[in-house]
Amino acid sequence: MTAPPLLELDRLSAHYVTARGTRVVRAVDEVSLTLRAGETLGVVGESGSGKTTLALTLLRLLPPAARIVSGSMRFAGEDLLAKSPAEMRRIRGKRIAMILQDPMASLNPLFTIGDQVSEPVRVHEHVGRRSARERAGQLLQAVKIPAVVQRLREYPHQMSGGMRQRIVGAIAISCGPQLLIADEPTTSLDVTIQAQYLKLLRDIQRERNLALIFITHNLGIVARMCDSVAVMYAGRVIESGPVRQIFNAPSHPYTRALIESIPRLGEGPERLTAIDGQPPDLATLPAGCSFQARCPRVFDRCREEAPPPFAIAAQHTARCWLVAPGAR
Amino acid sequence: MSVSPAPARLPPAEPLPLGLGLGAVRQRAQGLPLVPIAIVATLLLLAVFADLVAPHNPEIGALAQRFKPPAWSVGGSSEYLLGTDHIGRDVLSRLIFGARVSVIVGFTAVIFAGVLGTSLGILSGYLGGWVDQVIMRVTDTWLALPALTFAIFLAAIVGPSEFNIIIILGAVYWTRYARVIRGEVLSLKERDFVRLAIVANCTKWTIMRRHLLPNVLNTAIVLATLMLGVVIVTEAALSFLGVGVPPPKPAWGLMLADGKKGLMAGYWWLTVFPGLCIVLMVLSANLLGDWLRVKLDPQLRQL
Amino acid sequence: MKRFIFRRLGYAAISLVLLSVTIFLFVRVTGDPTVLLVEPGASRDDLEALTIELGLDRSLVVQYVSFVRDVVQGDFGRSFYYRTPVLELYLSRLPNSLLLAVAAMIFSLAIGIPSGILAAVRVGGWWDGAGKIFALLGLSMPSFWVGLLLILFFSVYLGWLPSSGSGTVWHLLMPSFALGWFFAAAHMRLTRSSMLEVLGSEYVKLARLKGLPEALVIAKHAFKNALIPVLTLAGINLVLMVNVAVVVETVFAWPGIGRLLYEGIAFRDFPVVQATVLLAGTMIVVVNLVIDILYAVIDPRIRYER
Repeated sequence: MTAPPLLELDRLSAHYVTARGTRVVRAVDEVSLTLRAGETLGVVGESGSGKTTLALTLLRLLPPAARIVSGSMRFAGEDLLAKSPAEMRRIRGKRIAMILQDPMASLNPLFTIGDQVSEPVRVHEHVGRRSARERAGQLLQAVKIPAVVQRLREYPHQMSGGMRQRIVGAIAISCGPQLLIADEPTTSLDVTIQAQYLKLLRDIQRERNLALIFITHNLGIVARMCDSVAVMYAGRVIESGPVRQIFNAPSHPYTRALIESIPRLGEGPERLTAIDGQPPDLATLPAGCSFQARCPRVFDRCREEAPPPFAIAAQHTARCWLVAPGAR
Repeated sequence: MSVSPAPARLPPAEPLPLGLGLGAVRQRAQGLPLVPIAIVATLLLLAVFADLVAPHNPEIGALAQRFKPPAWSVGGSSEYLLGTDHIGRDVLSRLIFGARVSVIVGFTAVIFAGVLGTSLGILSGYLGGWVDQVIMRVTDTWLALPALTFAIFLAAIVGPSEFNIIIILGAVYWTRYARVIRGEVLSLKERDFVRLAIVANCTKWTIMRRHLLPNVLNTAIVLATLMLGVVIVTEAALSFLGVGVPPPKPAWGLMLADGKKGLMAGYWWLTVFPGLCIVLMVLSANLLGDWLRVKLDPQLRQL
Repeated sequence: MKRFIFRRLGYAAISLVLLSVTIFLFVRVTGDPTVLLVEPGASRDDLEALTIELGLDRSLVVQYVSFVRDVVQGDFGRSFYYRTPVLELYLSRLPNSLLLAVAAMIFSLAIGIPSGILAAVRVGGWWDGAGKIFALLGLSMPSFWVGLLLILFFSVYLGWLPSSGSGTVWHLLMPSFALGWFFAAAHMRLTRSSMLEVLGSEYVKLARLKGLPEALVIAKHAFKNALIPVLTLAGINLVLMVNVAVVVETVFAWPGIGRLLYEGIAFRDFPVVQATVLLAGTMIVVVNLVIDILYAVIDPRIRYER
């Protein structure tokens, strides 16, 4: 029916352990996801929910203090955890690429755009300087940057924010990756530029049949861009499924609260609802469901045991005792 | 320091001896850094009780006993534990009394520079305008002159004496404080408590004295401990060159100068021990300052 | 860019003026110029002649003007001891100090930069710990003591190296080590912290995300960025080295301007002292200016910012 999944994460967990082994931070906990070529998955959550750590875990670029403790990651049928460092390096930038949030900080101020854009091509495909430069030019055109020849010689600080983010995008697609991870790529852009950039990402994805993981805290973007969405809280995916399903029938109280907190035009200021409380400290998670302190519908079972993912509909799961079969 | 307002990325020109952050100290940062404190305390005690502790008179020697090696070497005796110098004076006693000189000169100069520098820094930072410009221009210029050169220059003019050296060191080093304190005052100026004080009609002096001063005190203290090492080394250098504490007072730097005379003959104890004392003192001051820096004001980590 | 240069030049000029005023005031006001600027053993007539020559009976401003006029023309007075114009004396000694400073700088960078990089790349490891100890020692041991110890060890005990004078490479080894020791520690520390900062930056993260080999990430992306503050400091330190080498030059009897300063105070040759200090400050102001400008040339960000 459909192609096999490009990316399969099965109960993946990555923990930070402090030097003395006293504090364990469960940054990514039992995350399971699937993604197919051409699909867009949105990963949503508050700051500190583990979204970025998940991306870094996928690329095995965690800092030394962190460790992947359990679970599996499969990419195009291959086990990523079994890869050697050299093999992972060949995957990064070439088959899986990532766009970071702040384009000004992502580009090295001392090197030209041309140099930085052609770098992945030179390293992964061993092409010479001249052809790499041509490729860089083509890439800049692909992300709709005018006056390419001039730009190649310029430095990052001479560009506008939107242009820089496009350049980062060009770097990401330079070696023809199968999977692109975008970590809040529009957060530091002006609102007017955001829409253009999102359209660009969409076009690139369609042209190249890329799988796209879009990390964001902005549900509006998710609604527009994504096919499916995974909602993260305290390192866990607490609900995931097709976008339409999640928006129309959110099952987890957290998801519901997130969707309700989106301000809507036409309704007065009394309508603004926020979620009470703060996300928990990932080092001292309570037993049971991690959302218990802020959940409006919490009951005893929630405090005793953490709910596993329950299926609600096709591909739609949520970690909540409220949707357990036989509940209510 | 650059004598022009440097681009934001330029580091301080004069390598202040800070930011050592020894791993061991960091891990024990919750507790006290025992060793440096013990050393500094010992030196302070020696300085105060020198008369009681030192076995011999540091300034008068017996010529017949000159150039005796330390007690454990061949030809040494337990009467002169660390040996004697070229006039027959006991090295150990001179070291102990030298601690007094270093402590007095070092601490006083640091405090003097601190008071002067902090006051001017507060004035400059808070009052702004031409006061700021004048003080800053002077600071930048004086910072352009290497401390040692400047100190030598001043010593050549007014002549060396213990008192003069303290004044000179203070005059040379206040600029370090001024710059840092001014920077802090500039950021404190924007804070609410200062604005409230202005609204409450406090006079400028009151604001500077009651509100700004206590807040910059932490920084000043940390700077002082870090400066201590620098000042002591400079004083030793001055004494070594002959423009510091004048003989026959036993300054460690002076002992090194005397020691040089016996160096080629292999009288190593006259060079090694005074130097070791200097190193110990500076080391302890630096470690202490580093610990204080972490303890008192985490924001100072940038220093 | 032009505006940038002019502004820097302006500040430098102000500093030079202030410098000369400071030195002038200290000599004429705090000190007693009749004692300082007169040869020891001068007669009353000499004293009177000098008073008129220096204009000591005139107002301070007039004195200052003639002081500046002389200085600008290169007249720094005559050395009592050597009986030659001070400037000549100074310039003849300067190359030696420069040589020493360059040697010491090479040594300090050759030790400081690699160890700093290693300490940062292997942060928390053995090398980092060793580096910290080295930094601690380097910053706590006075350079002249290091020099004395070196003499003790290599001249007296081992007899390998000459303990004083100049002329061959062997004469240069110990003084440059003694002088460079402190700065090596400072450079190591700065390299380490700069490197750590750079290694944690977003662009290094992106470089890794591109799949670049770690060696390339460090050598290309991290290195150049990390080095900027270090080289700036090194440039400033070079000039500093030239001038604070007083004690090292004295210990090793190295014929540079540091030794000249020492001779000035030892022989009560004040014109020499005054000139050395004035020239030291001037040198530093000028070099800082040059560095600021060079900095703008190297770092493309600054070039366009102004």
